[in-house]
Amino acid sequence: MSGTTAATGRLALRHRLAEHGIDRQLWLLLPAMVFIVGLFLYPFLYGLGLSFQPSEGGALASYEAFFSDPYQRGTIWITLRLALPAALFNVLAAVPIAYRMRGRFRGKRLLTILLVVPITLGTVLTAQGLLNYLGPTGWFNKVLTGLGLLSDPVRLTNNYWGVLFSLIITGFPFAFLLILSYLSGIDPTLERAAATLGADWRQRFRRVTLPLLAPGLATTFCLTFVLAFSVFPSAVLVGDPAGETRVISLAAYQAAYESFDYSLASAIAMVMGAVELGVIALVLLWRSSLYKGATGGKG
Amino acid sequence: MAGLLDTTTESTTATDAPGDRPRRLVASPGAWLVWGAVAFFFVNLVGVIGSVLVSSFGNRWFGTWLPQEFTTDWYSSAWEDFNLFQVVLVTLEVSLLVVVISVLIGVPASYVLARRDFPGKRPLFLLFLLPVLMPPITYGIPLATVLYKYNLAPGLSGVVIANLVPSVPFVILTMTPFIEQISPTIESAARMCGASTRAVFIRILAPLLAPGILASSILVLVRTVGMFELTFLTSGPTSQTLVVKIFTAMSSAGIRAQQGIDAMAVIYTTSMLVLLVIALRFVNPTQLVARVRDTED
Repeated sequence: MSGTTAATGRLALRHRLAEHGIDRQLWLLLPAMVFIVGLFLYPFLYGLGLSFQPSEGGALASYEAFFSDPYQRGTIWITLRLALPAALFNVLAAVPIAYRMRGRFRGKRLLTILLVVPITLGTVLTAQGLLNYLGPTGWFNKVLTGLGLLSDPVRLTNNYWGVLFSLIITGFPFAFLLILSYLSGIDPTLERAAATLGADWRQRFRRVTLPLLAPGLATTFCLTFVLAFSVFPSAVLVGDPAGETRVISLAAYQAAYESFDYSLASAIAMVMGAVELGVIALVLLWRSSLYKGATGGKG
Repeated sequence: MAGLLDTTTESTTATDAPGDRPRRLVASPGAWLVWGAVAFFFVNLVGVIGSVLVSSFGNRWFGTWLPQEFTTDWYSSAWEDFNLFQVVLVTLEVSLLVVVISVLIGVPASYVLARRDFPGKRPLFLLFLLPVLMPPITYGIPLATVLYKYNLAPGLSGVVIANLVPSVPFVILTMTPFIEQISPTIESAARMCGASTRAVFIRILAPLLAPGILASSILVLVRTVGMFELTFLTSGPTSQTLVVKIFTAMSSAGIRAQQGIDAMAVIYTTSMLVLLVIALRFVNPTQLVARVRDTED
């Protein structure tokens, strides 16, 4: 008697859970959840804990060590000074080009493939190419001095500019492809409706396309910013890793692998994540205030 | 998969064409500026790629436009000096393992995320999104510390585990919208005929999912071959992939000739290009992005 009530009780519980969408099919989520908890959340929390356990000093000693040393603290500004202009440039330069290319014309597919090529280069080949091409005896300086525009070769590698160029070469095609897809998602009848009301292309772009595109622009900015913010190999190879382009990821790497101070390294990694997520949160906050309708171009 | 979206974009552009014609005549200065900027970008890009390519075939190139002699010696010497056979083997091993494991973990999860509604779905999806949004160094350093603690790094297993962290969320992110567009009525019909979950997965879903799985595995492959930071943090001397090898060769420059590094970089780019051309046969990049975008809303 009691056995049957227990069985019906279990059955009833299962029914009630199923009504809330919980049943055996959710087991399929288990591997992914184990994975994300074990390999992402746990190491992250471990690192967070480690950052509060410095080898000497109080719980906040690692953060104090980072923020009190101008050589370390300055890396935040150095990284932002590289990543923000690079991401902004990539997004802003991609908009007119994608706007021009959203229609159909001959060779569009070829042009798209050509623009994807820089993604295959990867940071390391880009760095090597920039060193060869923009170097003092490279083709770029040769053309400029040959045309008489410059008397001396301009120095564009092993400093800020080299890293910025490498961020643009790898980031621009990515931003372009994203924006092109957002633009082709906008219903073209809206723009034609505006045209029948007498709006010229400038007004159509400002009043119709741009507001619809803005959420997509915010998303694109976030994604290119993430790419640019984690700059590491190019900062070492085409930059000036001891001074002008000593980015924050380099500071974290040096703390972990050169001075073996894992607490400081984790602290820097946490600061890095916080700064990056802060910028993204600001952009997404701005994005949430934008129109999000069903007429495409949504972020 | 691409076919469904293809028709919509095509009809979009087709209806757009008549409206385009007058604008092209009016705004020609702007058009010139835009095409000029694109051309400038490509000229510099060709310069960047070309200088590496020419340098890798060149002999004695000092300050002139082109090297004095051309040779293929750098390739053979780089192949031996940097032990490239082993490096390429490791690269292939790591990327194939990462692709297989991330598909096995990611696809069932994206099936549930696409089909079901359950409490805590949104926070869970955000958690899966986070590794893609974070810079690899941020979680890479704590992860490497943990892997070193359990003696999994430096080594091949550490490299594979570290590379899985962004790959699994990437598979989930691309597969969830793909599964959403497969009609659930097909599964219901199979279930009505008495198929179990397992049978539905193997005989109904697997054939339907094949193109999507193929597309996302190629993209994961491209990402893993190109992933620098995580591999760099977890690899040992015998578990370096091609990118990391080029980086270490470049940053410890001075000992070896630069042209050998150029040759390695050319090998790397050529293989990436082949992969990407294959990938573009299966996916249109703009459409993939459009699908990713839909999930975020």
